[in-house]
Amino acid sequence: MININEVLETNKMIEKENLDVRTITLGISLLDCIDSDLGRLNEKIYNKITTVAKDLVSTGETIEKEFGIPIVNKRISVTPIALIGGSACRTSEDFVTIARTLDRARKDVGVNFLGGYSALVSKGMTEADELLLRSIPQALAQTELVCSSVNLGSTKTGIDMDAVRLMGDIIKETAELTKDNDSIGCSKLVVFCNAPDDNPFMAGAFHGVTEADAVINVGVSGPGVVKNALERVRGENFEVLCETIKKTAFKVTRVGQLVAQEASRRLGIPFGIVDLSLAPTPAIGDSVADILCEIGLEYAGAPGTTAALALLNDQVKKGGVMASSYVGGLSGAFIPVSEDQGMIDAVNAGALTLEKLEAMTCVCSVGLDMIAIPGDTKPTTIAGIIADELAIGMVNQKTTAVRIIPVIGKTVGDSAEFGGLLGYAPIMPVNRYSCDAFVNRGGRIPAPIHSFKN
Amino acid sequence: MKKTIITVVGKDTVGIIAKVCTYLAENKVNILDISQTIVDDYFNMMMIADMGKAVKSVSEVSDDLDRLGEEIGVIIKCQREEIFNSMHRL
Repeated sequence: MININEVLETNKMIEKENLDVRTITLGISLLDCIDSDLGRLNEKIYNKITTVAKDLVSTGETIEKEFGIPIVNKRISVTPIALIGGSACRTSEDFVTIARTLDRARKDVGVNFLGGYSALVSKGMTEADELLLRSIPQALAQTELVCSSVNLGSTKTGIDMDAVRLMGDIIKETAELTKDNDSIGCSKLVVFCNAPDDNPFMAGAFHGVTEADAVINVGVSGPGVVKNALERVRGENFEVLCETIKKTAFKVTRVGQLVAQEASRRLGIPFGIVDLSLAPTPAIGDSVADILCEIGLEYAGAPGTTAALALLNDQVKKGGVMASSYVGGLSGAFIPVSEDQGMIDAVNAGALTLEKLEAMTCVCSVGLDMIAIPGDTKPTTIAGIIADELAIGMVNQKTTAVRIIPVIGKTVGDSAEFGGLLGYAPIMPVNRYSCDAFVNRGGRIPAPIHSFKN
Repeated sequence: MKKTIITVVGKDTVGIIAKVCTYLAENKVNILDISQTIVDDYFNMMMIADMGKAVKSVSEVSDDLDRLGEEIGVIIKCQREEIFNSMHRL
């Protein structure tokens, strides 16, 4: 039988160390909504989402109460809209109507983010893909909590540099349209290499075409729990350090697995995956950077940071994989800047640069995340930053992503305020030399040699 | 059997256990086990209870105990056993 110390340990994690389930994300396929009439398409999309997800929020709240574990977000991901709107949309404005429908459906079922205003263009763009890409700035400016993502490359296909170049402009335009709010539109837009079909985290969640009609994916969290566990083994060797992270990750993930199974059972929707990511929030003590410091660095970004992060990411996976029957999504440590107080401190102290963050993304999940850069950064430079990050993903057969915010009207020394879970970010300097001739070449970068495994 | 774990944390005063037990009895919640300890000068009590015959749902009992806790100045939580089992048992 369970003993009092175990009960107290769990409740301490929840109450003092910010243990929570970060999100229950309900993936919904919209493939059966496809219609050549735009009005009918919008109606079908609205009806499907509000039918399938009608009990999501109340079920999440009941689980929270019965188990005493906070479930911070209830979210929805849908099939990439470029695929759904292709036959009905003739213009970018047509696509924007779908974005508004998604936002209305989201609001009516009470979830706090909906992802999937997306296109998968890792090898090339269809006409519909390009229309959707060009509609993103308006879609994000005219909706409140719809998220957009674009897969621009993969290990199997190489990188679509035409789309990368275009996204440089799209990100800049999105920033312009939301400049009154520190270009917050860009915080809802992410580009990927090797995007997973079952990621429950925003802004990159979409319901891949390989998925069932509806599926429950759960993202766990718990940087604070790992940090606190490591405080108890200060000065011990790497073996003890790794064992501690692994055991903690196991416990955290088991809670996610339980919540996922319960949500799946109660909603009558199959369980997909648990995403093992360590996802920080701006709350004090809920920081991945603080774990790196606890491992032995003065600040995130100091020499040794990449090794420490590699170790952390690997142990989180080793502990988490055994705790869940299906692991997927991004599963690793997230290193956003604005959403992590320790990262913000490191940037302010001059310890952490864009280049070091890029190196760190080689060994952890995702990539350059929630990084504010000067508003006058050229679109071609943004495309160059994206190309670098995607190349890391392509060659290393992993997911990488870029969610970067050129904050219009601000420059190095200023700070951008996004609010809530998105936090705030000091504007980071960007290498000022040009890559125009590189990104303007046109075409695509071929798939790397080690993708040819057949 | 529908096991739940009820925890009470706070400054020790007269009648905490009595009040919690009275509430549970009134709602047909059967107490299977009680243990307690002092951590950092705080009174920590854990009850393992069976809510199989309870007249209210776990979330209703949880809300009621939350209010009762506020009245007597302690924090009372009522959670289903599975969260602890999943974390601490293979």
